[in-house]
Amino acid sequence: MLTAKTARKFLKPPVFLICLLPFFFILTDSIELTGNLGANPIENIQDRLGNWGLRFLLLTLAISPLRKLTGQIWLTLFRRMLGLFTFFYVLMHFLTWLILEQSIYLPAITEDIITRPFITIGFLALLILLLLASTSTNNIQRKLQKKWHTIHRLIYAVGILAVWHYWWQVKKDITEPLIYVFVLSILLLYRIWIKYFSRKN
Amino acid sequence: MLIKQPSSIKSFEITSEKNYLNRRKFIQSSTLIGGSILSNNLFGANLPEKPFAELSDIKSSIYSTDEKINNFLDVTSYNNYYEFGLDKDDPYQNSKDFQSRPWSIEVTGEAEKTGIFNIEDFIKPYLLEERIYRMRCVEAWSMVIPWVGIPLANVIKAFKPLSSATHVRFETLHDRERMPGQKSRVLKWPYREGLTIAEAMNPLPLLAVGIYGRALPNQNGAPIRLVVPWKYGFKGIKGIVKMSFIKGQPKTSWEMAAANEYGFYANVNPKVAHPRWSQARERKIGSGVFASKQPTQLFNGYGEQVAHLYDGLNLRRHF
Repeated sequence: MLTAKTARKFLKPPVFLICLLPFFFILTDSIELTGNLGANPIENIQDRLGNWGLRFLLLTLAISPLRKLTGQIWLTLFRRMLGLFTFFYVLMHFLTWLILEQSIYLPAITEDIITRPFITIGFLALLILLLLASTSTNNIQRKLQKKWHTIHRLIYAVGILAVWHYWWQVKKDITEPLIYVFVLSILLLYRIWIKYFSRKN
Repeated sequence: MLIKQPSSIKSFEITSEKNYLNRRKFIQSSTLIGGSILSNNLFGANLPEKPFAELSDIKSSIYSTDEKINNFLDVTSYNNYYEFGLDKDDPYQNSKDFQSRPWSIEVTGEAEKTGIFNIEDFIKPYLLEERIYRMRCVEAWSMVIPWVGIPLANVIKAFKPLSSATHVRFETLHDRERMPGQKSRVLKWPYREGLTIAEAMNPLPLLAVGIYGRALPNQNGAPIRLVVPWKYGFKGIKGIVKMSFIKGQPKTSWEMAAANEYGFYANVNPKVAHPRWSQARERKIGSGVFASKQPTQLFNGYGEQVAHLYDGLNLRRHF
């Protein structure tokens, strides 16, 4: 079994770099080095960043169940990093929308956030992620103690909001949002099952 | 993560904008000279079988916009054509082997003249016209596309609809083998669209058989499609095999899929939002990453020609 020490030393740096790859490819695509962004580059960047935000969110949520199922304690080492990458990709997704899509045109931005439910919930998810990311250091965790765990359970709400945000913005074909719903449901149901039913065993 | 590059359009097949514009000027001047001498009946429109084949004898139109035309690659690689898949580059990728010949169009319903026509015969009596139109998608993006086709109004007149006909309905080919996207149940197949007779008789709607002076590529709706520039793009039904003159408003595919989001009229209107997104502004494809969206115009800027069609109609209710 891998010890936490070796995992930290040998696994964390490459995993960190791997997590940056999607972002890296968006950059190299935008200068047409590895591909291109197609006819609607802004939509392409925005969709890819959003999708990766969702994927990292699900990966983050998968860490605890995986640890419990496999007994590999070191997996926990990656939870915060994946959570912060979730925030990173979601923030970039938001900034793409804010700067490139809306050109920081405030009336359109406020109108969208207020009157388009899918943007409202996306924005709400971002705000929660901001709270979670800014309270993610060891120091703050120690200071907040029990409260920290309560606050960080909000990640489940983010999961639901994020998938919902995706579902509501697709024109018709909901296959992909459904895949995310499916994975998220498994991850959340597993926790419910652990909490309420598994003690008996 | 690589975006599939539309590589099989060879670069020499792409008309550079300069050549394209030069050719337009040439065509314009030649139709000015020739068009006045020859009567319309003398040159019937010829339709080559192969996509991208050059079309001849195209006359220009007063309805064309002089806005900057989108480049060929954008127009042929960023499409909504669910018959060939749901992603924007799917139609390009999945329609490569599509054979659009032989092709016939059935004309039925409340009209004096009906029947089944070969595409070539269907086109023959008319003159090809170039119409450079703005195209506004319901997804809030837009392009400027140089279509080539025949005005729908002329076709409608030729079939002499009876006074009982109120609408004309169009249907796309329904063939799951040739159009693999139809294996998905995302829409009810065949794709159906329609116009009121008054809309169809307006000079703007075009039955397009080409773009950029060439026969229509498969992903753009070969061999024949509808273009209705003041309505959202989904009204522009592609791969048409059937045209029916009917009594009463037809159900359209998008209306059947989500009636609260996609109405029969589907007139471009910045004030009537899609239930989930604003229609006030649009992303002009090809304008670059740092360009702002541009304001959307009522009837996509074609109000002068079409606004009278909707006098007294509540555009908010009949969206």
